[in-house]
Amino acid sequence: MSQPLIDLKHITKSFDGTVVLDDLNLSVAENTFVTLLGPSGCGKTTTLRIIGGFETADQGQVVFDGEDISKLPPNKRQLNTVFQKYALFSHMNIAENIAFGLKIKGKSKSYIQDKIKYALKLVNLDGYENRSVSSLSGGQQQRIAIARAIVNEPRVLLLDEPLGALDLKLRQDMQYELIRLKNELGITFIYVTHDQEEALTMSDTIVVMNQGYIQQMGTPEQIYNEPENAFVADFIGESNIVPGIMIRDELVEIFGARFACVDKGFGNNRPVDVVIRPEDIDLVDPSAGTLTGVCTHLIFKGVHYEMEVTTPDGFEWLVHSTDLCPVGKEVGIHVDPFDIQIMNKPASEDEEAVGVNE
Amino acid sequence: MSKKLLAAPYLIWMAGFIIIPLALIVYYGLTTRDGIFTAANVVSIATPEHAKALWLSLWLSFLSTLICLVLAYPLAMILRNRGVGRGSFIVFIFILPMWMNFLLRTMAWQTLLEKNGVINGILSLLHLPNQNLINTAGAIILGMVYNFLPFMVLPIYNVLCKIDDDTINAARDLGANSLQTLLRIWFPLSVPGVISGITMVFVPALTTFVISNLLGGSKILLIGNVIEQEFTRGSNWHLGSGLSLVLMVFILISMAVIAKYDKNGEGSAF
Repeated sequence: MSQPLIDLKHITKSFDGTVVLDDLNLSVAENTFVTLLGPSGCGKTTTLRIIGGFETADQGQVVFDGEDISKLPPNKRQLNTVFQKYALFSHMNIAENIAFGLKIKGKSKSYIQDKIKYALKLVNLDGYENRSVSSLSGGQQQRIAIARAIVNEPRVLLLDEPLGALDLKLRQDMQYELIRLKNELGITFIYVTHDQEEALTMSDTIVVMNQGYIQQMGTPEQIYNEPENAFVADFIGESNIVPGIMIRDELVEIFGARFACVDKGFGNNRPVDVVIRPEDIDLVDPSAGTLTGVCTHLIFKGVHYEMEVTTPDGFEWLVHSTDLCPVGKEVGIHVDPFDIQIMNKPASEDEEAVGVNE
Repeated sequence: MSKKLLAAPYLIWMAGFIIIPLALIVYYGLTTRDGIFTAANVVSIATPEHAKALWLSLWLSFLSTLICLVLAYPLAMILRNRGVGRGSFIVFIFILPMWMNFLLRTMAWQTLLEKNGVINGILSLLHLPNQNLINTAGAIILGMVYNFLPFMVLPIYNVLCKIDDDTINAARDLGANSLQTLLRIWFPLSVPGVISGITMVFVPALTTFVISNLLGGSKILLIGNVIEQEFTRGSNWHLGSGLSLVLMVFILISMAVIAKYDKNGEGSAF
């Protein structure tokens, strides 16, 4: 692998004695869309602000293109940030906002004019040069904030929950816009969000964080289909996490019933955690099910029905299916082997890091 | 109907304590003792004595306002950047003197600046020559700045607090150094607070007579002193009212000039 564009080495940061990041290591390759994903307080925004230069790490290094930039102020870093609340300059019109960085750099008037035109076209707001900031909607303001950042031709664009304040429909549109922008510009995006769907939609690489630690890093498919621990499984989409015993390779026992799976190498008769996604559970005739239970809950969600099936041991299985199972009916549970994901049980000392308290 | 009744006390208050006195001032200002219409009271501002007092008032108020601004802006900036917790305590310390009687504070300066006052006492202890501190224009400016500085700091501090940290971060992110951020972001965004501060310092400074009485003695007459004397010692309410009208016009003119720079009208105290 070639040299990473950004390399965070042993970053530690605490605020008022509370450790926010603990020995964080992260490499970001050039021209990728990397998303830092986690619940609030997991350290994702702090990580971004350390890369941007708005916070200084207590310990550790920020290496950019082979050069240590830990001590550089934000104005000397070759990257630009899009802030959560847009942070546009309200005393300037749209053109002046976009021109700000270029004027500081002393670019020529004609160059700046061309750049403004180009950037506004890129974010689909041609002709907005003379509008005031306050006359724009939230989505438009955020696009101007993006335009203001990219005219400076940064090698990395940092985005701090840029879509957080927008409504659902606009957010989805903007997600596609961002993917398009990233492909057109060919630069690295580092994106911070707590919205797992947003992360899955846009990213090349997702970094799942919790309590200052990286829980898992991988492609959206890896993160979703092969979560490494209960936190990731729980945070990314909905899931049933149940205790199980790995009888041997490719066979796991859950609540006394044996399921065929595809995982190997956990040893024999080892306690493990088993993740089964709600949409991977097939409700079948009781006689055909590996486990049987009674449907205890039913909600229509639009795309599918959300049901709860309670098995005799008391566990409530979350099931998503387009087939309806009325409340009170006895059903069988069947899961295909490749839909079962086995995880090692967290060792006690890791539990805190993983953030699983139950 | 009932809503109109609720407004009644305010209307009575406005009529009784704002409109009627104002009308009386206008009446007195434009009549002689015999009740005959005249412009003489107003025109008398052109007499050398009165014109000098008005000019001096404008000049000293302008200087005081300028000094207040120069002192207040960095202070407001420091307070804002210290964050809410510690900042608010310093703000509290800062406005504490405002709760003390205005006269008392000014008289305290009198005792400090007097010929045999505290400062000259210290100077003579150090075998330094006595300074003529009181009854000078400098003493009046000092009194104005001391008394009115908080009125400059608070509006600027308030408007600076409203500027989001990320707006500043964005400027830094786009390549601006500290000075460029100050000139292109902090200053323009704080204009409403500055306008408000200027208004709140300049207007009372222009009309004051207490500060000039106590710290300027009888040697330095400001327009406020002239008007006061006409009402108290001279007992010529007509002349005093006429000069008041002129002063009002000057205040309105300065407000209009200030308002011209305050496009949004956010900061205006009036």
